[in-house]
Amino acid sequence: MRGTKQQQQHELQRQQAQKPMNGLREVLWMASVATCIKMLLMPTYHSTDFEVHRHWLALTASLPLNQWYIDETSPWTLDYPPFFAWFEYVLSFFARIVDPVIVDLTRGLKYDAASAVYFQRGSVMCSDLLLFLGTWRFCRNFPLKLQILSYLAIFFSPGLLMVDHIHFQYNGFLLGVLLLSVSYLKEGNDLTGGIMFAILLCFKHLFAIAAPVYFVYLLRHYCHDLARFLKLGFSVMLVILTAFGPFLYYGQIAQVLRRLFPFGRGLCHAYWAPNFWALYNAVDKMLSYLLRMLGFDVVMEKAAMTGGLVGDSKAHAILPQITPGLSMFLVLLSMSPCLIKIWRKPRRDNLLICVVYAYTCGYIFGWHVHEKASLHFVIPLVLAAVDSVKVAKEYYFVSIVKMIFLVLHSTAMWYGFAINFAPQTQTSVKESELKERNGCMSLCIKKKMFIAGLVGLEIYVQLIHHLVFEERLPFLPLMLISVYCSIGLMYAWLKQLSFVIEL
Amino acid sequence: MRWTVLTSDAIIFFPAVFAFSMAFHHQRRFDESAWAFAVILLQPALILIDHGHFQYNCISLGLTLGAVASICLHRDYLASVLFCLALNHKQMSAYYAPAFFAYLFGKSIRKKNPIFEVMKLGVAVIGTFLLCWWPFLHSRTAEAVLLRLAPLQRGIFEDYVANFWCASSLVVKWKQIFPNTVLAYLALFATLVSFLPSVVQQIRSPSHRGFLLSLFNSSLSFYLFSYQVHEKSILLPLIPASLLILEDFSLYRGMILCAMFSMFPLLRRDGLVVPYIATFALHLLLLNVPFLEKSLSHVKERQHPSLKYMSDGLLFTGCLIDLLYLLIEPPPRYPFLFEALNSLLVFICLVLIGLHSHIQQWSATSTHEQIDADKVKMN
Repeated sequence: MRGTKQQQQHELQRQQAQKPMNGLREVLWMASVATCIKMLLMPTYHSTDFEVHRHWLALTASLPLNQWYIDETSPWTLDYPPFFAWFEYVLSFFARIVDPVIVDLTRGLKYDAASAVYFQRGSVMCSDLLLFLGTWRFCRNFPLKLQILSYLAIFFSPGLLMVDHIHFQYNGFLLGVLLLSVSYLKEGNDLTGGIMFAILLCFKHLFAIAAPVYFVYLLRHYCHDLARFLKLGFSVMLVILTAFGPFLYYGQIAQVLRRLFPFGRGLCHAYWAPNFWALYNAVDKMLSYLLRMLGFDVVMEKAAMTGGLVGDSKAHAILPQITPGLSMFLVLLSMSPCLIKIWRKPRRDNLLICVVYAYTCGYIFGWHVHEKASLHFVIPLVLAAVDSVKVAKEYYFVSIVKMIFLVLHSTAMWYGFAINFAPQTQTSVKESELKERNGCMSLCIKKKMFIAGLVGLEIYVQLIHHLVFEERLPFLPLMLISVYCSIGLMYAWLKQLSFVIEL
Repeated sequence: MRWTVLTSDAIIFFPAVFAFSMAFHHQRRFDESAWAFAVILLQPALILIDHGHFQYNCISLGLTLGAVASICLHRDYLASVLFCLALNHKQMSAYYAPAFFAYLFGKSIRKKNPIFEVMKLGVAVIGTFLLCWWPFLHSRTAEAVLLRLAPLQRGIFEDYVANFWCASSLVVKWKQIFPNTVLAYLALFATLVSFLPSVVQQIRSPSHRGFLLSLFNSSLSFYLFSYQVHEKSILLPLIPASLLILEDFSLYRGMILCAMFSMFPLLRRDGLVVPYIATFALHLLLLNVPFLEKSLSHVKERQHPSLKYMSDGLLFTGCLIDLLYLLIEPPPRYPFLFEALNSLLVFICLVLIGLHSHIQQWSATSTHEQIDADKVKMN
């Protein structure tokens, strides 16, 4: 009896999932709640990125196209691809209506009156509509509970809220375009997916790390014959030409590329992103101290890595220097298992995991990686996590490592995933076998200890370090956190690699 | 300083709401009581006033809620003590005094030895008052304290509040006709007359549901007719309305709309427009959660249609007025046009809600059974 009841429930869920407008009300509700929360965050702290975007509004509004990538009125020069500049241009029309000083090139410098703040924050909130759209489009065939879980995890992602709505950036809508692109690919609509990805690259070139994955997948899955290959190639070329064409015409391509790829910056950002290079730097520092103490004459640069400056100084005293080329090589090398897998089995279901994996590799081995780049793989990982308990555990672990102090989000996520993977809801035999091997949603002891250690470390950093060391060793707390988190993320990366290999 | 409000909110208000939820909603399904709990706690009006405008209403409201919870748990002495503490924290809690008096008195005269019961309650009340006022009685500054509590010189109303005196002053210029002391007596008389029906009903047949309605009615009548009422006093009728959310959803919905719209001018002056919009919208979203629709369907179905239409109309008109208020300058002849329109609109709705709630209270089934149950419990 129980079996048939479960079967009926399953059937009902499946039927419900087929409706095209499924979950629309929930999406609208969640989106409205998220927007209200963002409204409450409006008066909070904003970083220099706020001024960066305000300046770009002024730049695109006041100057002609051929000056956009040349102008040096402000140190915050335009370093995103042309579509983003066009986006700012469109926004500047509205900015001018709200308050003309915002778009004034010289008078608007460092302008942060209430009108500017509200306008900019409002623009991020509006652009998040794309994020809502992208997520909904991807999730609309999931059962309702999984949909709600996904929306909860993505719309209210603390990382996204903090980066986009406090610190101030426009990641939300970019991730939305990424999710839209992946959703098209998931449905089998490869051409549209590919074009959307090309558009995304012309908004923010940082997303290009997953380009090899897309390329291999589309080549194997879509381009059965020359005609299709040409169609795809032509469309992508068209997109790129639309973006860069005008600058080609003005002969400014070299300048544009210089702006987009500023390799003059150092290996690590001022605040070390927890990636492989953070560990590398830490080991290097330790070795140099050790050798110094042992009497060797070691040339050490002043702590150039933790000031607010980024420079091209000789960063490493003992270990070999890292060049941008080496970093790119490592990224591609680490991505290669994934590329091989896609080449062999270009299946739709595998795509999301591989894209996420690609961004993780880019994060772990990339050059001058920002903390914020972690959003690129954490957010899509949510969508992969709702399908499988293994991935869910990893997602949970990663998101904790990124945002340890957000206890509420963690408990909500835990609850959500645990309910999702509770034993009695699984019916398919294969899944239950999987569960028996991996256990339900419970982290193994090592992970638990790691998280406990992280909590302890955070307490130390915030409260105790100052008491013990006062003003000495100011870089130590940050370094500790970076290194500790990098260990966690390296583990996460290796786990993702194992998922990819298992595909 | 904001941390002190937050802490006192957490220590006093939250547990009180929890206690009330346990006491009154324990027979409900978990979904419903959890939702009601969330709605009571996330009162946008309270959040905006206490944490935005900055006040400490949460303490006296929390103590009052504790008293209400105690009454629902049949602990009348604890209730009296808690309510006296609330009174001594903020004299505005006196808005609830008639209801407490009526219920307790009504219960006492049904017991075996009425005079003894009344005396016991009296001891509790006087004892609490003595405890709180002891330092002032010692140093003989009690008189000064009392004078400060009743600032008659500030006039019968300030600004534009949605009460009777302000609304009717469009027609009858009270301040110009009568001096302040006469107005004070007039207000007292009007308030007495308006809360008398609900008091009488409770004395005649006390019950828990009737008590809550009586709390609402007496605080509403004070708000509408009392001397020198602030916009913030709308919190006082609002809280009992929220306690009744599962019993009468339309009452609460009408009330929260009235409360929020009536506070808009005050919040605009404080520069809290964006938080106002955000918390108001969040609360309306909370009242209409898509995935709780099935669980809450029978609560929503029992809405009174007339009140529902009134609320919908209020929502539309109120938003319109607020929008105009934000965007357009008022004509120079009537610089307070929008405030006046706002308070008039809210006043009319409050009167309608008040009528509805009085009818509700009088039609509440007589609960001799409830009192008999009390007797059984006590024996």
